[in-house]
Amino acid sequence: MKYIDEFRDGEVAKGIAAAIRQEARPDRRYHFMEFCGGHTHAISRYGVSDLLPENVRMIHGPGCPVCVLPIGRVDQAIRLALEQGVTLCTYGDCLRVPASEHLSLLKAKAKGGDIRMVYSSADAVALAQKHPEKQVVFFAIGFETTTPPTAVAIKQAKALGLANFSVLCCHVLTPSAIASILESPEVRQWGTVPLDGFVGPAHVSTIIGSRPYEFFAEEYRKPVVIAGFEPLDVMQAIRMLIRQVNEGRAEVENEFARAVSREGNLKAQQLVAEVFELRKAFEWRGLNVIPYSALKLRREFAEFDAEERFALDYRPVPDHKACECGAILRGVKKPQDCKLFGTVCTPENPIGSCMVSSEGACAAHYTYGRYKDV
Amino acid sequence: MSEIRKGYVRPLDLKHGQVDMAHGSGGRAMAQLIEELFAKHLGNEWLAQGDDGAVLPPGSGRLVMATDSHVVSPLFFPGGDIGCLSVHGTINDVAVMGAKPLWLSAAFVLEEGFPLAELARIVESMADAAREAGVPVVTGDTKVVERGKGDGVFITTTGVGVLPEGRSLSGRKARPGDAILVSGTLGDHGMAIMAQRESLGFESPIVSDTAALHGLIAALLETGADIHVLRDPTRGGLATTLNEIAQQSGVGMMLRENAMPVKPAVAGACEFLGLDPLYVANEGKVVVICAPQDAERLLSALRAHPLGADAACIGEVRADPHHFVQMTTGFGGKRIVDWLTGEQLPRIC
Amino acid sequence: MCLAIPAQVIELRESDNAVVDLAGVRKEISLALVEDVAVGDYVIVHVGYALNKLDPEEAEKTLALFAELGESTALP
Repeated sequence: MKYIDEFRDGEVAKGIAAAIRQEARPDRRYHFMEFCGGHTHAISRYGVSDLLPENVRMIHGPGCPVCVLPIGRVDQAIRLALEQGVTLCTYGDCLRVPASEHLSLLKAKAKGGDIRMVYSSADAVALAQKHPEKQVVFFAIGFETTTPPTAVAIKQAKALGLANFSVLCCHVLTPSAIASILESPEVRQWGTVPLDGFVGPAHVSTIIGSRPYEFFAEEYRKPVVIAGFEPLDVMQAIRMLIRQVNEGRAEVENEFARAVSREGNLKAQQLVAEVFELRKAFEWRGLNVIPYSALKLRREFAEFDAEERFALDYRPVPDHKACECGAILRGVKKPQDCKLFGTVCTPENPIGSCMVSSEGACAAHYTYGRYKDV
Repeated sequence: MSEIRKGYVRPLDLKHGQVDMAHGSGGRAMAQLIEELFAKHLGNEWLAQGDDGAVLPPGSGRLVMATDSHVVSPLFFPGGDIGCLSVHGTINDVAVMGAKPLWLSAAFVLEEGFPLAELARIVESMADAAREAGVPVVTGDTKVVERGKGDGVFITTTGVGVLPEGRSLSGRKARPGDAILVSGTLGDHGMAIMAQRESLGFESPIVSDTAALHGLIAALLETGADIHVLRDPTRGGLATTLNEIAQQSGVGMMLRENAMPVKPAVAGACEFLGLDPLYVANEGKVVVICAPQDAERLLSALRAHPLGADAACIGEVRADPHHFVQMTTGFGGKRIVDWLTGEQLPRIC
Repeated sequence: MCLAIPAQVIELRESDNAVVDLAGVRKEISLALVEDVAVGDYVIVHVGYALNKLDPEEAEKTLALFAELGESTALP
């Protein structure tokens, strides 16, 4: 598969691993956060950590939209299906997230809720077109990569004059999440971020460009290297980060140059700006309420806002007291540090956000790496 | 004046007719369905008797029995349908025990309104599969449920076979050092089905691998090689089967990602949907765990058979108190190949 | 966080859609988020939409960078 296989080449990996071993100074440790869940998944799935020297450690960040989706939002989706009889369209990732009253979207389906898995927002629009007698709601989650497809769907629905289509908008913003890590309570306590740099998200960056990260590099003096999705990309990005740290630089570099530019995808950005605006505040699971961190539909598109159409209220649901997801998402604790990890909390029975999606730090470690703990 | 034609029964309308409640009520309509559809295609001496049960000759060894219910949707998919799938699946369950499959039973639960044309296609496909495999369907049953209470058709097949003296294969017999072989490419069936799903739909050359494996397995057993475990990796894919065996045998495994046979189109489809071929269903593959010195011999035997052309050695059994199935990735690192958590779902993240 | 894969555009269709191919698997996707896409181009596909075109020159440059052996910057 072109542009995929070459970036997974094990032989080339050995070369980069050797370069990393050479360039990492033996007298210090390096802690890098890979922000994006896709990178967490790639690192675990390909065993990238095995190829890194002992003093280079990866910390898993909160870049998984399913992990940071609050239970209260899944509850809203479930209520729409079970109480309002809507046809709820969702991406596969959300189906198993445990919500209140021992329900999940999958369990709500078993209870009779009309819940459909879709691959694309366009499928939800097509469904609404095909079934004018049903109220179709699209459960829109995701960071900036997934937001433009929702914008296109909403515009399409407006152009078609669909009266039975609406969106439950839970789109969140990457820079806000990065800021919350850099300004976490631990940081204020210790006076410093226990991180030496960031591996920036791949596909979010194709949309927003590399420019938004410049603020973090300047303000917090931490290097950011945007990395492609494949394991060789991640390794090369780590190598570039080590170099920056060694040379005392704090810049934004772009390893994913084949798909990311400084400006990003302006057409997609404009579409998003046309349809969405910032919410004043939004609850993130594990990171609490963050101002100006999420999106909602603009007035002009209010008819497609499911929260308005169905007069939904938002009821926050706190996480388990012993759950360490917040600290894990901020990179200050590891999955193994959590009392619940691997015992009460497993992928089959996820208690907190980090276990809920296959990209969460806990799920990735449990599924791919727990053999190292025993 | 019209005459009543003696003995004339209007034949089933296979083109436009539908299953209705009468077909399951045990009366004349059901008898006609059985005669004109089931018995006609599946035709053999036992079904021809028209009795409630089939009288079978005593076997020449211990008996092995296996059963499977088939609820696949869609009913027709590239490479097969629920009919041949139900025949292959149960034959394979008997065969992996080391037994020679001899007879099958088939029970149908039909939904009111199900088109007879589709039922005919399914039954013909079953008949072809049974004939090709040399394993007749000797007895069966038909029930009809009300519209909305069934997904078109559900089929349960049970198979009986004979196990020769001295042969004993079991998931408990994997030993550290054993070689792990797989008879061919992974994930074909699951992705062929996935391609048909509305919304996920994609066009692909992927075809289900559904097949009866008893001939292939007989060839392997005839080599006299020291085979410890045979199993067909169906739902949950190869990963699930290997984890089951590791657990049963109290061992661990070390696999090699580079050795896994996967068709490019299956790999591509998995990339689109974020799926792992190791967890995707197969319906025509067998896992062979054998003494290490016999691996080469068995690989040759597999590759010499049309159903084993892409056979490969994918890893080894090792001692491990935690029963982990691990894998060296194509990339050079290591990871666990864990149990599946629920059904593998396409993802956006 | 976003599963997206590079696939080749093999056919352009009406309403801003296209068919992409990955290892023989074909899927219809939307080009609503990109511009100037021609048959033969590679695009990054996420949830049924092309996010961006893939730049083949930059891809080659990146692969070349992988192969470059870095000089050691270890302290003396």
